[in-house]
Amino acid sequence: MSAQPAATGLTRKDFVSSQEIRWCPGCGDYSILAQLQKVLPELGIPRENFVFVSGIGCSSRFPYYMNTYGFHTIHGRAPTFATGIKVSRPELSVWVVTGDGDGLSIGGNHMLHVLRRNLDMQIMLFNNRVYGLTKGQYSPTSRTGMVTKSSPQGSIDYPVDPVSFALGSGSTFVARTVDVDATHMQEVLRRAHDHKGTAFIEIMQTCVVFNPTEWDEFENRKERQTTTLQLENGKPLVFGAPGALKGIRIEGGVPSIIDLADGEDPVSRGVAIHREDLESPAYAMVLASLVRPEFPFPIGVFRAVEKPVYTDMLQIQIDDAVAKRGRGNLEKLLNSGQTWTVQK
Amino acid sequence: MSTKKVEEIDHVAIRFAGDSGDGMQLTGSKFTETTALAGNDLSTFPDYPAEIRAPAGTLAGVSGFQVHFSSSEIFTPADNPDVLVAMNPASLKANLKDLRPNGTIILNGDAFSQKNLEKAGYTEDPRGPLATQYKVVDIPLTTLTREAVADLGLSKPDADRCKNFFALGVMYWMYNRSLDVTEQWMNAKFKGEILEANRRALRNGYHFGEITELLPVSFVVPPAKIAAGTYRNISGNQATAWGIIAAGELMNTPVVLGAYPITPASDILHEIARYRNFGIKTVQAEDEIAAVGVAIGASYAGMLGVTTTSGPGYILKQEALGLAVMTELPLVVVDVQRAGPSTGLPTKTEQGDLLAALYGRNSDSPMPILAPATPGDCFYVMLEAFRIAVQYMTPVAVLSDGYLANSSEPWKVPSVEDLKKIEVQHPTDPATFRPYSRNEETLARPWAVPGTPGLEHRLGGIEKENISGTVSYVPENHDFMVRLRAEKVARVAKSIPPLKVEGPSRGKLLVVGWGSTHGAITAAIRQLHGEGCDVAHVHLRHLNPFPSDLGEILKNYEKILVPELNTGHLTLLLRAEYLVPAQCFSKVAGQPFRIGEIVNKIRAVLAEEK
Repeated sequence: MSAQPAATGLTRKDFVSSQEIRWCPGCGDYSILAQLQKVLPELGIPRENFVFVSGIGCSSRFPYYMNTYGFHTIHGRAPTFATGIKVSRPELSVWVVTGDGDGLSIGGNHMLHVLRRNLDMQIMLFNNRVYGLTKGQYSPTSRTGMVTKSSPQGSIDYPVDPVSFALGSGSTFVARTVDVDATHMQEVLRRAHDHKGTAFIEIMQTCVVFNPTEWDEFENRKERQTTTLQLENGKPLVFGAPGALKGIRIEGGVPSIIDLADGEDPVSRGVAIHREDLESPAYAMVLASLVRPEFPFPIGVFRAVEKPVYTDMLQIQIDDAVAKRGRGNLEKLLNSGQTWTVQK
Repeated sequence: MSTKKVEEIDHVAIRFAGDSGDGMQLTGSKFTETTALAGNDLSTFPDYPAEIRAPAGTLAGVSGFQVHFSSSEIFTPADNPDVLVAMNPASLKANLKDLRPNGTIILNGDAFSQKNLEKAGYTEDPRGPLATQYKVVDIPLTTLTREAVADLGLSKPDADRCKNFFALGVMYWMYNRSLDVTEQWMNAKFKGEILEANRRALRNGYHFGEITELLPVSFVVPPAKIAAGTYRNISGNQATAWGIIAAGELMNTPVVLGAYPITPASDILHEIARYRNFGIKTVQAEDEIAAVGVAIGASYAGMLGVTTTSGPGYILKQEALGLAVMTELPLVVVDVQRAGPSTGLPTKTEQGDLLAALYGRNSDSPMPILAPATPGDCFYVMLEAFRIAVQYMTPVAVLSDGYLANSSEPWKVPSVEDLKKIEVQHPTDPATFRPYSRNEETLARPWAVPGTPGLEHRLGGIEKENISGTVSYVPENHDFMVRLRAEKVARVAKSIPPLKVEGPSRGKLLVVGWGSTHGAITAAIRQLHGEGCDVAHVHLRHLNPFPSDLGEILKNYEKILVPELNTGHLTLLLRAEYLVPAQCFSKVAGQPFRIGEIVNKIRAVLAEEK
């Protein structure tokens, strides 16, 4: 974690734009906007240094509602514009806002590459497992069999899991949170910001119009105790209601669930301890393979490792080139190599 | 010393041809370097296959490099070479049709085995019959090279790889060139036995010229009488890269280049990537779309964003270019055009992307378009592109092509003092800032940069209200904004200097060219002026908007001929814009125009009944 942020005197209101919000009533996006507007003033960053970049989709209207610099770009390509901005001005705090369609369908390629380059930015992927803005077609994260206007007999696509995708792309920070858990989301957003490198956050978000029941089993706090696995670094993988706790064992890369008696030490029973700082993504991949209904759905930080970031390495190359050859001089460049002079 | 005869000649064109593994591009460029330093005017044309190593000895694998040098001004690599250096039967067969009548063929006799003849499709050895029509100089290049390096202990393939330098040595003797420049380059490039072997091959080639009875005469091409100054040899891609670097310096604003490798544009990325010490940032993106996205992101962040590509990549960038039009951000996109559609002929030239650049985006999406006329002109066109981009807050397309990219010419090195500095302004005052307010003269909106306190605003692809820049779906506003964006680009014409007409200011025929056809058209026009023909030439570097005086100029001629390497893009635009009966002289063979083709066409048009 970084040192206590410098006071900027900013409040939530400073991040609220004058634009009328045009998401459907009850949309999960409202909660995400609210949590972010709560977290940003605490980060110690002047408002003018925030840039929100988005593609196309419901989620991508986000920048218009933030009173920061914002760039609402084209479908799927937000990571590329964000890369250009961050490469140009590494001092800016760059946030990409995307969805399951924008980020993993049309923009899947860019998502892969922005993650592997490890640019120091935050990517929030709102996953509602449906296309909202085009009115309800199945998305690349939709379950197989989902019946929509474009799949009246059920989708025959196998879904992609955003967390596995990010881990497979070499992302140095991968987390998952849920729109209805304000506290958890705020903590994940803070962690993502503090991470130096690309921070990928999947946010389970409900589309109240086209896929309202998708995340039902994570809706209320009590049910979440059994349907989710809260990841905490250094703590055993334990979930369930008090009195009916369970743990996750991982043996030979294969996860299994065991029942824990009251007061029993999970570690002595072989329950795995969460380690988000492992160099290899193999363990985090096992976590990502935990899906409902067989397993609880993990939320929290899957992976957080340090690796040199793109912009730092680029600056080192520039400094190195200047140190070796001196600051570039145009006159010298134009006259470099072989020239000849024609006399009058 | 040689006591052979030395003849002075005005100009000569040599084509080096061999297998793509024979090092012909290198041989040609080394000859060019030495020739440039000798003070000749020159023009080169590398012509190579798309395959890195096509099957050895086949016609598909033939790689050629033509260099034309002269003691007077020249404009093209010449229609027909005077000398053909052929390293094998396939390169002879592929290039013979271009050789001028009675020209000289210098060939590697060792390569004319039965097997190689068959691979090239010869049923009998062509050397005998050819000797009646050409001067055939049959040199056992492989044998002589092996002898030259015999005691160095090289493997046979390594020894044979030196034979291009033996051939180069022969050519240096033939044109009385010094070996110094090439030897200096060798010293820096090679080490140990390989250096010694290459040097020996080069020197032995030269000495072979001195003593052989096969070559009774050598030639001198005196230096050209050109304007005083410092010169260098430059290719179009190099000039493009240096223009980008120069723009950053002259505007005192860092350059960010987003690019994805594509033939024939990759060399621009390679060249710029070498100059990180100018503070330039290059990002090799994951694809063409990402490359333009990075460049637009950089422009949004206050840098000079630029992306370089060729036709297929240009098309992929179109949606993002539309965003740059909508958000009115400065950006330069370079399209080094190649023959298409689709993959087409990746290493061959064409001018087929003009209409795509102008009209290829969804809806009304106007962008200024420029085209360089010569390799050296690429430098100045890049400066002009950045000037327009920044002054008018617009993306600008530059249409180079494969011919310009790889061709080279002597280029008078400009003094940096003489290059115009362009001031870049970013607003800082929150009290007066409106994201879509307008400069009265240019209609440009302000270029506000993230990090500036109080100017926080949102840009995007959704239509915006003028002045305030907030999202607007109001019908009248959209109508207004579509016309405003068009008017802004139209106003660029006010900043374009008057056109220069070469030839009579009114008369029978005006030839209108654009881009890389400049050399062939200019040479044709000069030849016809020498014959007293009534023909004029105007060349366009600005394709959108057209220069303000173009309409008036067009009206002064009975006929208008537009030579272009497509099926009539500019012709269509001139007819539509000015209602003039322009006729197209079209060529789409993946090759530049020959002077003779244009001369003949102009003669034919002049001879037509009215």
